[in-house]
Amino acid sequence: MDNDDKRQLSRRTFLTLSALGAGAAILPVSTANAAAEKLRTSARIVIVGAGAAGLSLASRLSKALEGASITLIDARREHFYQPGFTLVASGIKPQDYPVSRTADYVPKDVRLVEERVSEIDPESNQVTTESNTRFDYDYLFVACGMVLDYASIEGMDTSRIGSNGMGSFYHGPQAAHATWEEMSRFADRGGVGVFHRPNTEMKCAGAPLKYAFIVEDYLTRRGTRSRSEVIYNSNNKALFSVPIVSEKVRMLYHQRDIQMNYDRVLQAIDLDRRVASFSSPEGRVDLDYDFINVIPPMKAPDVIRNSPLPWQTGAWANEGWMEVDRGTLRHARYPNVFGVGDIAGVPKGKTAASVKWQVPVAIDHLLADLSGTTSDALYTGYTSCPMITRLGQAMLVEFDYENNLMPSFPGLIAPLEELWISWVMKTMGLKPTYISMLRGRA
Amino acid sequence: MNDLDPIVLFAVFMEMLGLPLLILLVLGSVVGTLAFFSLLLRERGIVARRMLYSQATGLIGGVLALVLMAKVSSSGFTDAGGPADWLLIAAIFGLGLVGTTIVVYSISGWARALRS
Repeated sequence: MDNDDKRQLSRRTFLTLSALGAGAAILPVSTANAAAEKLRTSARIVIVGAGAAGLSLASRLSKALEGASITLIDARREHFYQPGFTLVASGIKPQDYPVSRTADYVPKDVRLVEERVSEIDPESNQVTTESNTRFDYDYLFVACGMVLDYASIEGMDTSRIGSNGMGSFYHGPQAAHATWEEMSRFADRGGVGVFHRPNTEMKCAGAPLKYAFIVEDYLTRRGTRSRSEVIYNSNNKALFSVPIVSEKVRMLYHQRDIQMNYDRVLQAIDLDRRVASFSSPEGRVDLDYDFINVIPPMKAPDVIRNSPLPWQTGAWANEGWMEVDRGTLRHARYPNVFGVGDIAGVPKGKTAASVKWQVPVAIDHLLADLSGTTSDALYTGYTSCPMITRLGQAMLVEFDYENNLMPSFPGLIAPLEELWISWVMKTMGLKPTYISMLRGRA
Repeated sequence: MNDLDPIVLFAVFMEMLGLPLLILLVLGSVVGTLAFFSLLLRERGIVARRMLYSQATGLIGGVLALVLMAKVSSSGFTDAGGPADWLLIAAIFGLGLVGTTIVVYSISGWARALRS
């Protein structure tokens, strides 16, 4: 049995059992959890960022190493379960559903430094925090995530999320809840709903699409669909980067009379007059809206952009994503540096499910380095997206770098079929699996 | 196949239900099953009449399991979209039915046995 078969089997086994227990996961289980003998080392390991990737790394490193000095640096005390933002913005879950405390997941032998990182110098193997404290490292894991570039949309003001028809659930739990309240008011009245995605790499590229589906469903359920228009503006010539998924979404949008426009990127917004301005091949297009879900461009944080770590050329140089090998997640120029999670400059993989597959690979390579061996562990781009297509149903879309569908349960849970079981996984199973991942248990 | 790690599954269910509820559920099913089989041994077989009304109550248990599932998963009752959904619905109903049947059968059987 080769690795792919094993991986598929492990996903399938896990999903089977999860479904029996009310659908506990699309974040698959890997072998790294198996009790193993700890590796003795005096290595100094620094992890920048305590999000999904940073905390999973800390937990797994703590379980795998004896005697290492592991430092986790992040100023934010709250931890956000970001896949929950869409559910909050859809009125399915309360505002506090995605919120917990970072410190609750940090293992005892990992030092948590609650500060912002101000500089990373991979030449001298040093990380500096805002208080000017320096941390020398032998190995560095960068898991600092990304930043939402709201400022690049002219006229956008995040303090007005949830008012006058403007929502934006990516901004955080509070914004997600405010978006829900505003969307609900819109669904009662009806009107023009505008949805779009940015023209940059983004986390969870399915979220803009699923929110259009959800809003359309609310309009239908509240009897205002007939006097409403739902418009989805895509940034390029497709709805989704995986062609077969893009085509399926196009068919569903067509069925539900959701108007699709291509090559349109949000440039400016007039929050008082409720006008969104998009660039298009034909020039600027102004759209009056009654409700809009703003999704900002996304880019690497300044601390990465101001370091030598980003790609130096190509499409990702501007946005600042880290130049890592897409299989090993090791930095192309600094072999003792790894980039995991959203910050990694790889073709896909800015989701929690990707983190689940990336973390064991990066750790495997570190352990090989520490023990003087090599590792053939590779991240294949596995990403999953429970694409909600209406309240109560979702498509369990899983794919890899090559745009192959990677169904965990072929023949039973069809990847492009709208199913309740996939909805159950999203609403019930995903968060517990995610939290287990943070604790290094799944 | 060391991926089939029961500890992982336990961890996920613990996050989902919380440790006290998970332990309660596991204990409940173990105690219920033991009580059922020990009753079978004691009575040297199944008491048909008791089994019949236990199964009738089990039907209500199956429906309640579906209602509970719909509530905790924020679902409606028209959300089934394909064969996998019907399998899951059947599994949930079946679990509710069998669980309730065993519990009702055991409780009423042991109550009677302890009275006499």
